[in-house]
Amino acid sequence: MEIALSSPLQMPATPARAARPRRRGRSVIPGFGLTMGLTLAWLSLIVLLPLSTVFIRSAGMGWADFIAAGLSPRALAAYRISFGTAFAAALVNGVFGLLTAWVLVRYDFPGKRVVNALVDLPFALPTAVAGIALTTIYSPSGWVGQLFEPLGIQLAYSPIGITLALIFIGLPFIVRSVEPVLEDLSADVEEAALSLGASPWQVFARVVLPAILPALLTGFALALARGVGEYGSVIFIAGNMPFKSEIAPLLIITQLEQYDYAGATAIATIMLIASFAILLLINLIQAWSRRRMQG
Amino acid sequence: MNTLSFLRARHLLIAAALAFIALFLVLPLAAVFSAALQKGLEAYGTALVEPDAISAIKLTLLVAAISVPLNVVFGIVAAWSIAKFDFPGKSLLITFIDLPFSVSPVVAGLIYVLMFGAQGWFGPWLAEHDVQIIFAVPGIVLATIFVTFPFVARELIPLMGEQGRDDEEAALSLGASGFQTFLRVTLPNIRWGLLYGVLLCNARAMGEFGAVSVVSGHLRGLTNTMPLHVEILYNEYNFVAAFAVASLLAMLALVTLVLKSLLEWRVGYHHGSARH
Repeated sequence: MEIALSSPLQMPATPARAARPRRRGRSVIPGFGLTMGLTLAWLSLIVLLPLSTVFIRSAGMGWADFIAAGLSPRALAAYRISFGTAFAAALVNGVFGLLTAWVLVRYDFPGKRVVNALVDLPFALPTAVAGIALTTIYSPSGWVGQLFEPLGIQLAYSPIGITLALIFIGLPFIVRSVEPVLEDLSADVEEAALSLGASPWQVFARVVLPAILPALLTGFALALARGVGEYGSVIFIAGNMPFKSEIAPLLIITQLEQYDYAGATAIATIMLIASFAILLLINLIQAWSRRRMQG
Repeated sequence: MNTLSFLRARHLLIAAALAFIALFLVLPLAAVFSAALQKGLEAYGTALVEPDAISAIKLTLLVAAISVPLNVVFGIVAAWSIAKFDFPGKSLLITFIDLPFSVSPVVAGLIYVLMFGAQGWFGPWLAEHDVQIIFAVPGIVLATIFVTFPFVARELIPLMGEQGRDDEEAALSLGASGFQTFLRVTLPNIRWGLLYGVLLCNARAMGEFGAVSVVSGHLRGLTNTMPLHVEILYNEYNFVAAFAVASLLAMLALVTLVLKSLLEWRVGYHHGSARH
């Protein structure tokens, strides 16, 4: 299931399944040297070498400067906002993404195919378009924002707005992670448990949830990783007030615009380390899930 | 529990899921077209034929026309070497290819500024030879290639892996050359997966915002892609024009989703597998 769960358009951090040819041994197929050489050269040139600049620059800064720039109060506030809103959005998606996947897999209803296709909209819609559309909806005069305005709740231009944007961005990760596992999970088991007198809630908690937990956690981590680094859909709705609604990627851009390359690089380094940590976490969840399925 | 309450629970769950989808997915899409057409079709059309909009559309098409084919070539080459051969370190290589998906778009832009910007590694050399990469089209293309890097490869690697190498070995043993084998045997086998990868790669290439925003410099009529043009118009409170250009990108997204769904329904292509 590993590859199916990393829905394509965005950022499946899950490594694609190491595809093994059916037979081992020396291949008569030509072109290994050439294609491997080209692959490594292009990968190094486009991805590895440019990414290394961030770490090499940071290493050249000296520890004190790096800490001063990367862990300044403003940067810390930005990390808190980026991670906090991404976490909250992933939680909301954990519930509603699972609900959507459940409904799509288990029930038939008119328009199901359209709904299924729509789930990938956040992957296909350019983030800037999503950003201005969401801002328009949730601003105080917008379709949804005006309903909350009289209650004194401001949706746009606050961390709530950031969270709403990240819910939009993250939804497909959860749905597409959970879907294939739910498909494999036979409805017979649930019906058997029900006929033995278990309540639907018990069936969900004891039968369904344990089976889909690894996929749910993977989807959660993918949505979290994407949300932490997200920029386009967030900056329009965020308000972008330092210490209040300024996300870490925006702070990088602000520092670049002030020609503070050291500051931008230090924050980028910390962001990269965080995304690699989430990537590692996802790999650990996958390994755990594989062991569980075998054992 | 009786059948009736099960039916009720089912309807409740479906209604809740549909309400969530309507609120979070349909509403933003509707908002784009509603805002674009707010002042009528004429204002909409005017916004799209304005010179800066035209040049943004042209630049977006140009960037996609360069970056997508390069990613297709890389994707095929990488999938061939990874899926058709055994070697140590394979999964590490796949992780590296996937890496751009876990990097924030802003960081993706920053790394090219650190390479080619005035303060970057190659900055002085580039300035001396009068080559501009950052705040120019080459930088936009590079950043776009980075963010779309894994799309085609990650679609083809599992597909080619599942297909194994029996077909190719048969063709080779019948006397076909390596290139003939690829063209006549491998390529037809992977065509739907390739198309799927290209679709997604193209959507992202045309819609990328964060990475491109860092390297573009936002020069009107010169280095503004469509998403950047949308941002500028929006920040100038020119909402109708911003949403008019945005509606073109939204239509691109819808076309992408329709074609992707067609691949799944009609052709029976399953993302990430060879079942077809």
